[in-house]
Formats: sequence, C-alpha cells, structure tokens
Amino acid sequence: MNDADFLLWVRGPGMIIAVAVFVFGVLVRFLEMWLLGKNVDLAEPKGAAFGAGVRTMFTRSAPCGEEMCDGGFVLFSSWAFHIAFVLIFLFLAPHILFLKSILGFGWPALPKALMTILAIIGIISMVALLVHRFFHAVRNFLGKTVDYVAWTATFLPLLTGYLAAHSPLFGYSMSLALHILSFEIFIVLIPFTKLMHMFTVWVARYINGAAFGRKGVAV
Amino acid sequence: MPDPFMTLGEKLALQGVTRRTFLKYCTSLASLMALPPAMAAEMAEKLAKSTRQPVIWLSFQECTGCTESIARSHSPTLESLIFDAISLDYHHTLQAASGGAAEAARLASMKEHYGKYILVVDGAIPMKDGGVYSTIAGISNYDMLIDTAKGAAAIIAAGTCAAYGGLPHANPNPTGAVSVSDIVKDKPIINVPGCPPIATVMTGVIAHVLTLGALPELDEQKRPKVFFGDTIHDRCYRRPFYDQGKFAKTFDDEGARNGWCLFELGCKGPVTRNACATLKWNGGASFPIESGHPCLGCSEPNFWDAGDFYRALPEPAGKVLTTAAAAVAAGAVIGIAAGAIGRRKKAKAAAERKPVTSDDLK
Amino acid sequence: MTTSLAQGVNALVDVIDRPIAAFFNSCVHCGFCAEACLFYTETGDPRYTPIYKVEPLRKVWKQHFTVWGKFLHALGLSKPLTIEELREWEPLVYDACTLCGRCSAVCPLGNDVTYMIRKLREGMVAAGVAPEGLKGAAYRSLTIGSPMKITLQTLKATMRDAEQQTGLTIPLDKEGAELMLILSSNEIGLYPEILPAIARIFDKAGVSWTLCSTAFEATNAGIQIGSSDVARTLVQRIVDGAEKLKVKTVISPECGHAYTALRWDGPNLIGRPFPFKVLHITEFLDQLRAAGKLKTSGHESERMTYHDPCQIARRGGVVDAPRNLIDMIADNYVEMEETGIANWCCGGGGGVSSIERADPLRRKVFSKKKSQLDAIKVTTVVTACANCRHMIEEGIEDNKMNVKVVSLTEMLAQHV
Repeated sequence: MNDADFLLWVRGPGMIIAVAVFVFGVLVRFLEMWLLGKNVDLAEPKGAAFGAGVRTMFTRSAPCGEEMCDGGFVLFSSWAFHIAFVLIFLFLAPHILFLKSILGFGWPALPKALMTILAIIGIISMVALLVHRFFHAVRNFLGKTVDYVAWTATFLPLLTGYLAAHSPLFGYSMSLALHILSFEIFIVLIPFTKLMHMFTVWVARYINGAAFGRKGVAV
Repeated sequence: MPDPFMTLGEKLALQGVTRRTFLKYCTSLASLMALPPAMAAEMAEKLAKSTRQPVIWLSFQECTGCTESIARSHSPTLESLIFDAISLDYHHTLQAASGGAAEAARLASMKEHYGKYILVVDGAIPMKDGGVYSTIAGISNYDMLIDTAKGAAAIIAAGTCAAYGGLPHANPNPTGAVSVSDIVKDKPIINVPGCPPIATVMTGVIAHVLTLGALPELDEQKRPKVFFGDTIHDRCYRRPFYDQGKFAKTFDDEGARNGWCLFELGCKGPVTRNACATLKWNGGASFPIESGHPCLGCSEPNFWDAGDFYRALPEPAGKVLTTAAAAVAAGAVIGIAAGAIGRRKKAKAAAERKPVTSDDLK
Repeated sequence: MTTSLAQGVNALVDVIDRPIAAFFNSCVHCGFCAEACLFYTETGDPRYTPIYKVEPLRKVWKQHFTVWGKFLHALGLSKPLTIEELREWEPLVYDACTLCGRCSAVCPLGNDVTYMIRKLREGMVAAGVAPEGLKGAAYRSLTIGSPMKITLQTLKATMRDAEQQTGLTIPLDKEGAELMLILSSNEIGLYPEILPAIARIFDKAGVSWTLCSTAFEATNAGIQIGSSDVARTLVQRIVDGAEKLKVKTVISPECGHAYTALRWDGPNLIGRPFPFKVLHITEFLDQLRAAGKLKTSGHESERMTYHDPCQIARRGGVVDAPRNLIDMIADNYVEMEETGIANWCCGGGGGVSSIERADPLRRKVFSKKKSQLDAIKVTTVVTACANCRHMIEEGIEDNKMNVKVVSLTEMLAQHV
C-alpha cells in the first residue's frame, strides 16, 4: 500500500471504524456505570449538595487548596499537558475543520505559533511525567501495563501531529496519515482504559463534591 | 515527401532553424530537465544527429485529454519540436490513416523497429469479462498492450489513467480497469500522471528519453523526480497565506477574492506531486489554484476516490456522522442492557445477602 | 449466617453502585491519594496508597459490572477474587485506614476512596476477614451493648460520681426532655470527667436534657468494622430510645465515628429520616453560645491549638463551632499549619485503635501529628473526640513531648 492509499484508508474506513468503536464503547461504559444507580441520602443535609457538586467538578482540578497536598511537579505538569492537549485539539485550524465536518459548525482558530509552543510544552511535560512515574515509589507501584499503553496512545498524536506540521519525516502524506491513525488508535483505546476518565471524572467529582457539600464541607 | 532517414538537424536546417536557435531550445530543454547547462551542447549534437525515433501511441480507456494537452501549442514550442524529432507511427487522433491501414502501420513499425520503439500509452486497460469493454480493431486493450510491449524499448504511461487506472478505475470500477504497471512487468516504465499531464512535462520526458537514450530518475511510483519531486503545496505561490492561517472559506468570500489559500475548500496540494505550481499550464499561463480552484490531486493514484474534492484533507472521507449515530444507537441498546443486568445482579445479591450476626463475630 | 468468600463477594456486589463505578473508571494512578494519606507519608510504603487498598473491590466491580471485564473473565483472562487476597488486604483495609477522608478530599479525579474502603469492609466482614480486635468490639457491642464492656451499671456509677462532684442531678430516662445525650465507651471508661463537665454546662445554660438507660452508648463498632447490619442494630437502639423519650435532639458526644454513624449514616441504615435532630456536642454548645446562654469567665493562657477530629471536621462539617468556643476563653490560641478540613488524622480512628496488631504502625504514623505540633510549639492540644485524645496522649508519651491534651467540653466547663 502506498502513502496515498494509506492516507485514504485512515481518512476513510479507518476513521469509520475508530469512531464506531469509540462512540459505542464510551456509551456502553458510561451507561453500565450510570445505571447502577445511587441510594438516596436520608440524612438531613447541612449544605446544598447540587451546588457543591457542580463547583467541585471544576475546583478539583486544583486539589491543593487549604494545604491539602503539595501540588508540585506532577500537578503542574499534568496541567501543562492537559491544557496543551485540549487547546491544540480544539483550536488548531485543521482540527477545527475536522470537527466542523462532524458537528456542522466551526469556530476561530488560534495562531499556529501558539499551537507550536503548546505542542512542545505538551510533549515535554508528557515525557517528564513518564520519567517521573518510573522513579516515584507510589506511581511506579500503581502503574500497570495499561497505563503505559494509555500514555503512548496519548503521546503519539501529539508527536505525530507536531512532526506532520513541522518536519514531515516521511513525507507529508505519510506523516498526516500516521497522525490521523494515531488519533484513531487513541480514541479506540478510550473505552478500554483509564482514558475513560475524560468522561467519568465529571460524575466522580460531582458525587464527591455533593457528598462533602451535603455535610457543609467545601473541598 | 520528407525523407524518413533525414536527421533532425538536416530537417531543421531545411526549415530555416539556425544552429544558434536550436542550441537555445536545447538549453531551455536542459534547464527544464534540471540537467547541467553543459549538457545542452551534448543534447543539441545528439538531437541533430538523430534519425527520427519511432513512437507508437496506444490509446485505451481514455478521454483523449492527454493527447489534447500535448497537442496544445500557442506558438512554436518544444511540443512541435518533439513531433519533428519523432516518428509517430500510430496515434488514433493524430494519424491520417484509419481502419486496417492504421493497424497495418502499427504492425509494420513494430516489426521494423523491434526493440527500439517507444511505447506511449494513455488510458486504462479493462480486465473484466475478457477485456471486452475496450477493444480496437476487435483486439482487447490487454492483448494489444501485451503484444506491443514486447518490442518496446521503454513504455511511457501518459496520464493518470495509464499510470494508475484513473477515472475508469474509480469506484465501483465496473470494467475492472487497471494501469499499465499492473500488466507489464518486464519493461522499463515511466509514469507521467496528471489528468491530463502538463504538456511541457510530457514532452520533457519524451525529450529526455530521446536525447539521452535513458530513463530520467524516477521515484518509487516511477514518476520522473524532476517534475514530480515536489508537492504543489511546497511550490504554491499561495503558501504564505497557508502559513499565516488565511484561508478562503467559501468560493466567493473575501478570502477567495483576495487569493488566499484554498486548503479549507479541499485543496489536495499538500499530498499531490506535480509541476503545476512551477511550470503551470498553457505555456505558463496559470494553474487551477491560481484560477481560484483547489487542487484535485489529479496526478495521484485513486484521486477520484480520495473523498470529496471540496472536502479538506483533515476532514474524514467517509460518513462519520452516520456511523456515530449508528454507534450511539447500538451503544445505548447494549449499555442499557448491561445496566439492567447489573441492577438485576445487585438485586439478587441483596436478596441473597445474609445479615452479619454476633455469631459471625465470635 | 456463616461467613464465607461467597457471602463476601455477594456483599460487595450488593454495595457496588454508580459512585464506585465512576470512581474506578476515573482513577488514573496519579498517586495524589497516597500523598494525602498519613499511613503512606509516614512509612513510605506504597501499599498504603488508598486506591490500592480497595483493589479487591475493583476486581469485583470489573468482573461483575463491566461488559469488557465480563468478557475477559469469560475468556479466562482474569481470575476471580480469592479469600487469600482478602486476607492479604485485611491489614491494608483495617490497620492502615482510619476513614479520615483526606484521600477523598484530595483526589483530583473526585474519587471518594474513603467511601470505597467503607464498602470494601462490608465484603470483608461478610467473608469473615476482619481483625480480631474489631470483631470483639462489634461482638461486645451487640451482646453487651458496648465495645468496652460498659454496662448500665457502669454508667450509673459514673452518674453517681458526677452528681457527687457537681451537686447536680443527672437525669435518666426523663421523658419529654429537649435533648438526649449519648456517651462513648472511651469517655465513660477513660475520661469520666466529661459527665460532670457536661452536667455543669447544661445546668448553667438551663438545658433540658436526659440520659437513656437503653441507649447511652454512642460508639458504633459496626461502622468501624464495616458492617451495616451491626451498625443498624446499634443505631436502632439510639433511635428507639430517643423516640421513646420523645426528645427533639440527640447530642453526640466527643467521639468522631459516633457522629458519623448517627448523623450521616443513621437514617440510611434504618431506612427513614430521623424524627429528631442530631448535633455534635460542640455544635450544640456553640448554639448555646450564639444564643447568649453560655457565659464564661477567666482565660486559658497556655499556648494551645485545636486538633480537628476527622469525622467531626472534614467528614462532619463541624469546623467553626469548636473554634468559636475556644475563642471565648483562649488567650494564646494558634492554628496548626494544616488545619480545619485539611488537618491530619491522629492515626487511631475508624477502628484502628481497637486493633492490637496495628499498634506499632499507628504509633509510627503519629510522627505526622508530632511534626504538626512541633512546628507551632504548643503546650496544649484541645480536641473534641475522646479517641483522638487518647491517641494523641499515647503519641505524646511515646515521643516524650511536653504537651497536654484536653477535652474541649471539659476545658469549657472549667470556665462557665
């Protein structure tokens, strides 16, 4: 298969398969969790659970308030990588084209220079986090094979995207095809790994915030 | 009647083309082929001494666009020079003879110049149902190709149809169309894709073979690197707009009228190798992007099936929304079923749960 | 019933719900929970990472409640939970967790690991895998009425002492009183001074109150061992007593888990809302203060701080009340650097102090509280949980620190 056919495959059947597995998998995973239900709390609340729950969905991104923990390197690097990833995914011009073709609407793009800086930040922070994981007692202990697979699946779109845009190692067609393929692998792996957290974290944070909030505790 | 054994130099002299003019043409030819300037003199000498090179041109499943392209000449150009330098012994559109006489001319040339003639093919070759979907004089394209290729010194597959299958090969390919390379395996082949190829590119390739008696440097898809080495994107004059993020969003918006990059309108420039951005068309007049239309990618294999011409490269080529909708439906069914099973499991567990009593804690 | 692995797994299948599924789906192995857990920070042992402690629960969830997990199980690619695994995890789930809630407060993904540990304990008890000390405490609670063998006789003796000390009458089974006080074994057994202290304060504030002869034990060993059945039985006694005496409020004493058991878990255990309010003693005293019914005189000049019992502050929502009370009398009060809902556990709650096997570990992790106290150089620690008080006293003794530990209520009583 030559470069052009490979690019065509990843843009065509490859994308269809990946989107199908991703959408199907995420929905099954989400529903099998959601439908387990939750007992109603009969104790008299001290505070408003709903407001606290919604608040916590956002404030938990900065968990080290009130001296609860030492944010440090991991928190900073995680922020850096997540922000880079999300901003690049949503605001790089070709990505907006991709999303527009599915959603039916687009939005303004951010300058390419900013995207380049973010990509470099993202790549460096991801590598740093990986190295840190190897050398940290708890993270090394907790880390399973699937964690490293998830890291690789997340890292490759970032790396291949950067390469496709800046110095196509294998020619533009192949570089673009590899980037799209790496994205397809990423989304296919979401329902099978901890990458699901991008959908379930909102539920978990809400439940947590609401539970504390009912007791009048804001964390 | 022209002397078939007259050299090109002699013929040109007869026509009043001076040696100086001829050398000038060869210099531009050399630069066109990215050959060193010193080659120009050598080419001029060889060309002048050459007796006319026999060329057989087979037209299969084609639209005659490739012929039309090479035949364009607004003023005395290399195209006309080439036609003077070769002996075009068989060509459906250009030859005077027809019917049995035409076929006889072909067979005679093949016999007389066996091993020395250049075979140019345009159009794809249908394979289905014994190749009945395109025949000439009752002979299938496949049979004619096999037969004619035997004595060819080299084959030039002119146009995307001959090089890759082109339009007949496009989905659903009802005739089983294939390219020259799919059939002929034992002869040197030069692919000169394009729908059609640029006139100058075709004549440049033929000229190279004529004068140097060798194939130009080819890439892995057998295309001459000198013409197909760069992508349109890398040589496009609108590239600065791409780099600055200035894109035309619709065909008549302000961006389009300001000549901004056509990437978002589906331009396949970044993945298309050809010389359109540099040599351009119709004697350097313009090329599709310059005229405001995104590149179709017509010199790449399967460009007809590469998704919508107006769908940008980052966009999926297939029906993603439909797939997603189907996946939502399927996921909802399975997910709800899984949830229901989970709940039933919990209910059963609750029913079967025995209370912990003091006996259990003794 | 006879405990067994099957009963254990059954219990886990029963308790797994949407929150637990959301939490396991969201864990990214970031390790923040470890850095919030006293048992990890003071030992460096990664097995004490909170989310690791609930690994058996995760297995059951994955194999029973996920399509992918069921598929892998069917292919033989995952093994079911074994009794050996539960036994291996027993010290992690019981000895090294006080249900202090710090991990739940910190997890960036929002995982309530404390909730998961509590649920895992349900399965462990049903499988018969729980520390001897906790089993004994739960057994005694069910059969005698108290984990520390405190009987009505002991209570009455304590009442008599209190009456002698204060010259007041301690009401017992007074129907129609406004509030019913319950007491923890720790208090009656180790710190009986609490009763005269409370009596004095209530008398000065004109509180209508009573003890109940059938419901005086606040400690809930069921919550600690993790059995809803046991917890329910114990809570029901209190509810029955309160309803019999027709009180409007039940006062939970200086005990951490007693508050959690009654205030937050209670209605859910018995399956209906309470017809009475539940207040921690400090909450009630603060209400008295706010209503102007609590007048104090004199001051404490010792450099002092307040240790927030985890179940009262972070897990109970009572943070300001104790401080308002201390503020009435303390001249030289200073907060620990991590304070309020961010404070660190004393290391002995959630049943840990009942587990003899856990003693060395518990004493080791006191180093966290020690470092907190050392940093602010106090000579007094005030607290509002008798177990915390006991644990901190032991830790201070182990480390030969020059710090006194006092009960907030007792200290207040000296100034009314």
